[in-house]
Amino acid sequence: MNWEAILTTLKLASATATVLVFIGLPISYWVAFSKWRWKFLVEAVVALPLVLPPTVLGFYVLVAMGPRSPFGQWYESLTGHGLPFTLEGLVIASTLYSLPFAVQPVAAAFRSVDRRMIEASWTLGVSSWGTFFRVIAPQAKAGLIAGFVLSFAHTVGEFGVVLMVGGNIPGVTRTISIHVYDEVQSLNYASAGMTSFALLVFSFLILSLVYSLNPRRGRII
Amino acid sequence: MLHAEIDKTFKSGARVTATLDLSAGPSVTVLFGPSGAGKTTLLRCIAGLEELTAGRIVFKDQIWADAAQRRHLPTQKRAIGYLFQDYALFPHLKVRDNIGFGIHELSLSDRSERIMRTATSLQIGDLLDRWPSELSGGQQQRAALARVLVREPELLLLDEPLSALDGVARDHVRGELAQLLRRLQMPAIVVTHDWVDALSLGNRLHVMSRGIVLQEGTPQEVFARPQHAEVAAAVGMENLVKGHVKERGDGVVRLQVGRAELYAPDPQRDHAEFFVCIRGENVMLETGTRGQSSARNHLSGKVVEIASAGSLLKVTVDVGFEIAALVTRQAVADMRLEHGAEVAAVFKASAVHLIPASD
Repeated sequence: MNWEAILTTLKLASATATVLVFIGLPISYWVAFSKWRWKFLVEAVVALPLVLPPTVLGFYVLVAMGPRSPFGQWYESLTGHGLPFTLEGLVIASTLYSLPFAVQPVAAAFRSVDRRMIEASWTLGVSSWGTFFRVIAPQAKAGLIAGFVLSFAHTVGEFGVVLMVGGNIPGVTRTISIHVYDEVQSLNYASAGMTSFALLVFSFLILSLVYSLNPRRGRII
Repeated sequence: MLHAEIDKTFKSGARVTATLDLSAGPSVTVLFGPSGAGKTTLLRCIAGLEELTAGRIVFKDQIWADAAQRRHLPTQKRAIGYLFQDYALFPHLKVRDNIGFGIHELSLSDRSERIMRTATSLQIGDLLDRWPSELSGGQQQRAALARVLVREPELLLLDEPLSALDGVARDHVRGELAQLLRRLQMPAIVVTHDWVDALSLGNRLHVMSRGIVLQEGTPQEVFARPQHAEVAAAVGMENLVKGHVKERGDGVVRLQVGRAELYAPDPQRDHAEFFVCIRGENVMLETGTRGQSSARNHLSGKVVEIASAGSLLKVTVDVGFEIAALVTRQAVADMRLEHGAEVAAVFKASAVHLIPASD
């Protein structure tokens, strides 16, 4: 077992899932309740990582944060180093890559909250913020947990984007999935097998948790 | 107190227009009509849950909405209490927290005290630790009412308050709600499609259909003298008059109606005035000598009008008040009924439905 890779993966997944709580929640809320006629375009953009090859997404992210891009230059002037091949760069890329896994279950859960409950809260004098925290979020609890857990788990399992944006730097950007790939490349099947099995068990447990939260199966994912 | 000129057009093209005026003090205005008439839309506009396309809503001196000036006071800032059709209790909160939901700004002790006082007055003080799903329909209604009343609103809006109930529970809760509305001393607007609810609860009636108000007046005026065929159809009651209790006993009540007296089953309500409802098809007409019959009501008079009512004829007889009978054309021909003919209107006591008059 490569504990260094496991630690890097856990750091990346926790950071990504946490960032997604802050970015994913407002997007989910907007997707669930906005009546804007072009909303489907935003929904399509959010869902893009589901269908794009990870290498394509990774390529664009790499270009967007590279030293020649305005964003890359701005970040470098701020911190003194570039984003590619760093853990921060990986977090940004993973956030984009896991966005649909955070937004879709949460938006579905928000949508399933009875509209009258929300209106009842307003008629009782409670603001939109208060209504979100006291009516919508508690009733969408299962979807919120599912969104967090799924984005965490999806980040743990990502490969293409990590390789494109993070490279393969031990202790910095080498995650479990890349470690398995490396071990197979060097014909070290025993180690690859053990790590793969650990990842398999982990993924199974995570999905079991998500499904156990949701009695009506298939609604949230 | 409330002046509302409401004009709401939906994207689908459906349009609802109405003008409502409520004076200060206790009054119950009923918006009555079939489903799809626009009643709930009016209520939602007043609550601020829908924005007006045109018109304005003023409550006391506060402008709640003014479409011309693009003003729309958020629902939260309107001093309303809104009872939803299926009560919309929060399933994730116990009854206590449901009732206390809208008074969160109060201190814990004030909140507990207010919750307890309101719950007790609605006789649900012992249900505070239950989940909404553990309550009966009537209890849910009281919990939802408590949640509204605990905030001490200045205007009550009730959307189909009885439609989630049926049968005996409905009759029971209707009586309680009517009493409560009289006791509360605040204006209320009630939406219903049920004429028994309309009569029991309201002292002002607006009959709506297809997005407009067809007629308004006291319930008695509207039911007795519908100005539109649609209103008549909506109220669906050929005979509706006010009666005064003269005597009760043995499960039967004797009422004075106009110059006549009639018998009805005692509704076990402590009222002196009732709306007397008799369906036209339950009234038989008799000529000649009176035979033996189990019908308790046998009122003699003269035919004042014979009018067509679909495949039947509606014969109106003045028996001290005007009573209408629905009979076949063949029967009218056989009995040689005509204007001024002497005839008796016969109906069983059980055919008389009494509704407590809310005035």
